[in-house]
Amino acid sequence: MSFTVKKANDVTIFEVEGTLIVGNRQELKQKVIDEIEGGARKVLVDFEKTTYIDSSGLGVLVSLAKKIRESGGDLRLANLNDDLQTLFELTKLDTLFQISESRERALESF
Amino acid sequence: MGQGPVGHGPSGHGPLALELEIPSDVGRIEPVVAAVVRRCEDAAFPDRHIAFHIPVALTEALSNAILRGNGEDASKSVRVRAAVDTSALVVEVEDDGVGFDLDACTLDPTTIENLGREDGRGLFLMRRLMDHVEQFRGSGNVVRMILYRRSSDDRAA
Repeated sequence: MSFTVKKANDVTIFEVEGTLIVGNRQELKQKVIDEIEGGARKVLVDFEKTTYIDSSGLGVLVSLAKKIRESGGDLRLANLNDDLQTLFELTKLDTLFQISESRERALESF
Repeated sequence: MGQGPVGHGPSGHGPLALELEIPSDVGRIEPVVAAVVRRCEDAAFPDRHIAFHIPVALTEALSNAILRGNGEDASKSVRVRAAVDTSALVVEVEDDGVGFDLDACTLDPTTIENLGREDGRGLFLMRRLMDHVEQFRGSGNVVRMILYRRSSDDRAA
């Protein structure tokens, strides 16, 4: 798994390749926190290349959403495949996050 | 091998049986998940089981065993036993912890008061993604999960 950080205008994009689970969640959390502390306020996590997410990964997203909101920013998600969409629906986290079907739509939504 | 209330655990033999022992390190979870998934692929489980149900539920069980059961104590191990055939996956995850009350510990993370919690979704997901989950005492604390091989169209999730 790996996390790649990209910029599109004033949006900071995190690409999650592989899994987002208990063994690597802290790595993503720290990367996002570093960007927030560097001034990022519009944050997009793109799951196009993500295989699966566990409850720890979901927990990190919830934690980061709070942190970014407290900083006056916004965390949004994009590109959930059918299984990931089901995961968010099962846990009702689809009601907590703004989720877009593509990166382009997510970028437009900010 | 422990025999729980349902009375049919992994056989421990046969071409699709698996027995692994790993240290209490969350970095060791993915290879175990991959090994179990490979056997389920060999048994022609539906794609959704392969890509979603099994990886997520097994990661949760291993994570609980390592973090809660064994408290990430490197001197303690987690044992995994799996048996796969054309009808079902039966997988057991055993740790050295004191065990827990499955029903009492399973929260509903979808309620308004729990939705914003960072934790508390693991057991809920295991029980939603597998057909059967139970916890019992073997030589250690055992969580056994069963997933029947059938079309994932039959499932709500």
